[in-house]
Amino acid sequence: MIRKLAITSALALTVTGGVALAAGSEPHVTNYSFSFEGPFGAFDQNQLQRGLQVYTEVCAACHGLRYVPIRTLGDEGGPGLPEDQVRAYIEQNFIEVYDTDLQDWRAATPNDNFPMSQLETAPDLSLMTKARAGFFGPYGLAINPLINGVGGPEYVASLLAGYEDPPACAPDGFDGYYNAVFEAGGYPDSCLDDHGHRTVAGSWIGMAPPLWPEGGQLVYQDGAPDDVESVALDVSAFLTWTAEPKLMARKQMGFTAIIMLSILAVLLYLTNKRLWMPIKARSKGVPSK
Amino acid sequence: MSGIPHDHYEPKSGGEKWLHSRLPIVGLMYDTLMIPTPKNLNWMWIWGIVLVFCLMMQIITGIVLVMHYTPHVDMAFASIEHIMRNVNGGWALRYIHQNGASLFFIAVYMHIFRGLYYGSYKAPREITWIIGILIYVLMMGTAFMGYVLPWGQMSFWGATVITGLFGAIPFIGEGIQTWLLGGPAVDNATLNRFLSLHYLLPFVILGLVIVHVWAFHTTGNNNPTGVEVRRTSKKEAEADTLPFWPYFVIKDLFALAVILVVFFAIVGFIPNFMGHPDNYIEANPLATPAHIVPEWYFLPFYAVLRAFDGDVWVVIAASWLTGGIVDAKFFGVIAMFGAIVVMALVPWLDTSSVRSGRYRPMFKVWFWLFIFNFFVLMWVGARPAEGIYPYISLIGSAYWFAYFLVILPLLGVIEKPLPQPQTIEEDFNDHYGKDSGSSGGTTAAAPTPAE
Repeated sequence: MIRKLAITSALALTVTGGVALAAGSEPHVTNYSFSFEGPFGAFDQNQLQRGLQVYTEVCAACHGLRYVPIRTLGDEGGPGLPEDQVRAYIEQNFIEVYDTDLQDWRAATPNDNFPMSQLETAPDLSLMTKARAGFFGPYGLAINPLINGVGGPEYVASLLAGYEDPPACAPDGFDGYYNAVFEAGGYPDSCLDDHGHRTVAGSWIGMAPPLWPEGGQLVYQDGAPDDVESVALDVSAFLTWTAEPKLMARKQMGFTAIIMLSILAVLLYLTNKRLWMPIKARSKGVPSK
Repeated sequence: MSGIPHDHYEPKSGGEKWLHSRLPIVGLMYDTLMIPTPKNLNWMWIWGIVLVFCLMMQIITGIVLVMHYTPHVDMAFASIEHIMRNVNGGWALRYIHQNGASLFFIAVYMHIFRGLYYGSYKAPREITWIIGILIYVLMMGTAFMGYVLPWGQMSFWGATVITGLFGAIPFIGEGIQTWLLGGPAVDNATLNRFLSLHYLLPFVILGLVIVHVWAFHTTGNNNPTGVEVRRTSKKEAEADTLPFWPYFVIKDLFALAVILVVFFAIVGFIPNFMGHPDNYIEANPLATPAHIVPEWYFLPFYAVLRAFDGDVWVVIAASWLTGGIVDAKFFGVIAMFGAIVVMALVPWLDTSSVRSGRYRPMFKVWFWLFIFNFFVLMWVGARPAEGIYPYISLIGSAYWFAYFLVILPLLGVIEKPLPQPQTIEEDFNDHYGKDSGSSGGTTAAAPTPAE
């Protein structure tokens, strides 16, 4: 019965949980595998540090991380930079914040947050991997998000690697850059069919391709691959950490809670069985009508 | 309490007598905890404890969250991120509170469906049922306002859509809407009053829970047979019942522990599965999300709301009869609230003299169709209102109303119920008496036809 209950509730969750996600157009997102996925997954500290480098050298020109305190770069569940390197990071990148007490700009301290976006149209990246979904459905049943996760990091990586030559149907000089994964941008009427349906995936995004298609844009200290896809994965992993900095502590708590509660459940099961045994035994002697 | 004969608290020592003659609080607690409970209750009778646990969990985590939250449109979103990043264990509190709402609603739906199947709403338990529905409505209000507090895109636009429903009421609607929002649109005043009410309502719910428990302690619990506990003598009553402590407390706690394993697996590993990604984008009154979808637990009613558009003949008829006062939008609002009202009225709509669905062969079919329909409505509530989906919503909504207004009243007349056991004791002995072989897993090997 318990099993049936569990199945029913699991079904209820499946059917309903992520249905909300299913609305909207569904981009084709590559299901990359990340080190932090799955119950045992953990952040790859080297990858987070490479991602920080990509963010600093590429993304930070326009985008900000307004909700992320700089000191958390030293967190063990995150990039894990030593304290002096966190200070050096601020100095080398000339990070400044506006101080409302001084009414002036001053050099940031580790306790300040990262700066906000430099460009009005560039969204803040702090929560980007939680504010986007990569996997939907099928048919609003939320089975894909349940199996593969909501897919924010995969979406970000796919988008960064999703710049392609514009399709032939588009007029020359259409505003923006064609991206096969981005669905919410401008779309030329010439690429619609007679029923108004889109004939090509994606749309035209305002952001110029941030990563060089030929690679070699960054010099990684650890000699990791620097092709577009690898760099996109690195920065997505970093942005997963900025969006969910306590991911490792959370999984730890999940395990502790599950183990403790399972032990408690077993003990309560045995107690309950023992408690009811005489009551049920008594009814055995009674002939049923 | 409960009119079932049983032992009452007797103060023994001098101190106990002193207290008892001034404030019989120990006696009250004793009688509440030792209430004679039908011994054949199955695993669907555990949800009450789960719900009490959820309420306490939400109140406790909520009180701590408020210590770090800032109810201001410019700072609310950032203060949530502050909780998630800087407050010790803040992320855990917030994820538990957020997913706790979903657990709360799963439990309340199971609890309501159990009541509907076993006829727990029938005389003499109508008051218990009505108070339960009141609690459920308050829960929906509380959850809705709580969802606005993080001030994300779905918070803002959800609040705009739902408060807009009140604007659909003819003549006075706009006034009510402005009064609810504290201004012409969802803004700082709205956020502040929603926090205030989100904090207040759980305590109102707590008060109603006490009345709910009081009410069914007066009538006694229902049970899977729907047969009343014998009250003619203490001996007979004791053959039908067991004291709540320890027999049902331990049983319920075991069930709660199992449920919490699943709950913490969700909090620990997929805490954002139930949420909407758009709510991690700060509210922006200038950018409407592509699809505004409420939280999953509102979806069946959201589907009912959207089902009645201007093409449905009842809507056209209502509009024509009222001279256009009841338009499609207002009709949808009436239907949505009506869906809950008919559920509240079920004690008087169900005409069958048999309480438990276990002995009602035709009822069973319609009941399971009702459950299936509930999930269909939930699913269709999140689909875009285009293509075939509006028709599915309409059929689902029609069945919802037909179940309460047509099927339940008629079934009582045309259905031939199966024979019921004479007593609870007989049912219990039937269950465990014949089972002789299996020694292990008596608890698990107690299938009741209900689940």
